[in-house]
Amino acid sequence: MNDSANTAYTADEMMTVAAARLLWPGCVCFVGIGVPSAAANLARLTHALDVVLIYESGTIGTKPDVLPLSIGDGELAETATVVVSLPEVFSYWLQAGRVDVGFLGAAQIDRYGNLNTTVVGDYAHPKTRLPGAGGAPEIACHARQTFVVLKQSTRSFVTTLDFRTSAGFLGGGNERKALGVNGTGPQVVITDLGVLKPAPHTNELTLTARYANTSVEQIKAAAGWPLAVAESVEIVPPPTQIELRALRDLNERTRRAHAQTRKMEMRT
Amino acid sequence: MSTRFASLDEVIAEFVRDGQTLALEGFTHLIPFAAAHEIIRQGRRDLHLVRMTPDLIYDQMIGMGCAHALTFSWGGNPGVGSLHRLRDAVEHAWPQPLQIHEHAHAGMAAAYTAGAARLPFGVLRGYLGTDLPHVNPQVRSVICPYTGEQLATVPALNPDVTIVHAQTADRQGNVRFDGIVGAQKEAALAAKTLIVTVERVVDSLGAAMNAIVLPSWVVSAIAVVPRGAYPSYAHGYYARDNAFYLRWDEIARARDTFRNWMQRHVLDCRDHAQFMQTLEAAA
Repeated sequence: MNDSANTAYTADEMMTVAAARLLWPGCVCFVGIGVPSAAANLARLTHALDVVLIYESGTIGTKPDVLPLSIGDGELAETATVVVSLPEVFSYWLQAGRVDVGFLGAAQIDRYGNLNTTVVGDYAHPKTRLPGAGGAPEIACHARQTFVVLKQSTRSFVTTLDFRTSAGFLGGGNERKALGVNGTGPQVVITDLGVLKPAPHTNELTLTARYANTSVEQIKAAAGWPLAVAESVEIVPPPTQIELRALRDLNERTRRAHAQTRKMEMRT
Repeated sequence: MSTRFASLDEVIAEFVRDGQTLALEGFTHLIPFAAAHEIIRQGRRDLHLVRMTPDLIYDQMIGMGCAHALTFSWGGNPGVGSLHRLRDAVEHAWPQPLQIHEHAHAGMAAAYTAGAARLPFGVLRGYLGTDLPHVNPQVRSVICPYTGEQLATVPALNPDVTIVHAQTADRQGNVRFDGIVGAQKEAALAAKTLIVTVERVVDSLGAAMNAIVLPSWVVSAIAVVPRGAYPSYAHGYYARDNAFYLRWDEIARARDTFRNWMQRHVLDCRDHAQFMQTLEAAA
C-alpha cells in the first residue's frame, strides 16, 4: 500500500474504496443506487472481476461501463447476462436465497443496524418524506449478509429511528434470529469515518476500524449514542493508486455520460 | 380479434374516468409519459394512482391535482433525490391531500402477480422487521397450511385501467416489449382495461419464441406515440434522458416553476409531438 502514501483522496473516495474491498471474486451482490453501486462496480473493475451484480430492475450479472443514474438505465440491461421481470428478481433470486451480499444505503441507522429510508419525523405528518422502502426490507432479510454504506453524523446515527424500514438486529441479541429470516443481517457498516461491525452476542454496532485521517474521538462524537469501540481499532489502508484511478475514471465517465442529453436516434 | 387503434386523446377520453384506480407502469424503462400528459390535459381528477416507482410521471400528475390516493413502493427521483411534488402533497397537502398506501417492491410485485392471476392476495416471505405493516394495514399474514410458517400477504392489485408503453405492435394489435420489463406484464394482465402506447406499428413483431408479447385480445386500445416514454426510454429507440431527470429537480422544487413548466410544455401543447418540439426549442 506504499504507493498511496503521497496521494490525496476525499472521505467519499475512502468510503467507497473501503466498501469495494469487502466484495470478493464470484460473490453475488444485490446492489442499491449511489455509493453501493459505485463500490460494487469499483470492486468489479479492480480485485473482483467476476463479481455478479444484480440490480432490482431485474438485470442479473450486469457490467456497466458507467454508473447508472437510475436502477434501470439501459446500460444495465445491455451488459447483463439476463434481464428478468421484477416479480422474478424478488422471488426466484432474492427470496430464494441466491444473493450473498445485499449492499444498502440509508438516511438513518441505529445501534443495532436497523435502517430508515422512509421518513424523518412522524409518518402521518412528516418533517421530511424520504423515498421509502423499494427493495430494501427484503434485501435486508434474504441476502446472506448485508453491507451498509452511509455518511456518519449525529443526524444519520440516531438513538431511535423515526421509522424502521429495514431490519438489522432489531433490539439486539437474538431478536433478529427469532424473526425467522435466513440472512445474517448487517455484518459491516462502512462510513466516511470508519468501519463498524456487530459485536458477538449483543449485535451492537462496534467501531472496529478507522481511516488514517480520522480519530476514534471524532467518530464517537459523530454518533447519536455512546458508540461502542473495539479494544483494538485497526486502520484501514488508504486507497491505492490503482483503486483511486479506477474510481476517478469511473466517476468521470459517469459524469460525462449523465451531463448530456443523449441523442434520440430513431431505429429505422 | 383485432385491437382498436386510435389517437391517444381519443383513447384517454374513452377509457379514463375521474375516480378510477389507474396504473401507469414501467420500471424506469418504458414509462408511459405521453399518456399521463394527456390525462393531465383532459383534467382527470380524484384518481387512485398505482405504480411501484411514482417517478416524474406521478410527480407531475400529483402536482397537477389528478390524484387523491397513491399506492407505491419507492417514491424518489432515481439517482437524483426527492420527488418534490410528491413530497409537497404528503408534507403539506398541496395541491390537495394525498392518501398513501405504501409497500416494499417485493410486496407490490406480489400484489400485481396475484391481480394478474385473479387471486385475492399475493404471498411472500417479506415485510419482516419493518414498520410498514404498522402504517399499511393492508399488509397482513397467513399461516402456511403445509409448514406452519407465517407469511406476509398483500391484497391483489386490479387497476380499473393499466397503461403501458411498448416498442412495437403489429397490425392486429399484438404488443411486444424488449429490455427491462419491470412488472408491466403483471400490471397489464391485472387490469380490467388495458391501454398500450407504442413507438411504432410493424407488419411482423419478429418476436423470439419466449419474448414478452401481450396478445391483441387482452389489449383494449393502442395509440401510436413515438417517443411516448420520454424522458424515460424505449430500449432500441432512444436512451433515458438522465440530464432531464437531473434538471427536473430544479423544475419541480418550487410550485410556480413546476406550474409554469407544466403549462408551457404540457397544457399548452395539443399532443406529445408538440411537447417534444417545445423541449427541443427550449434546449
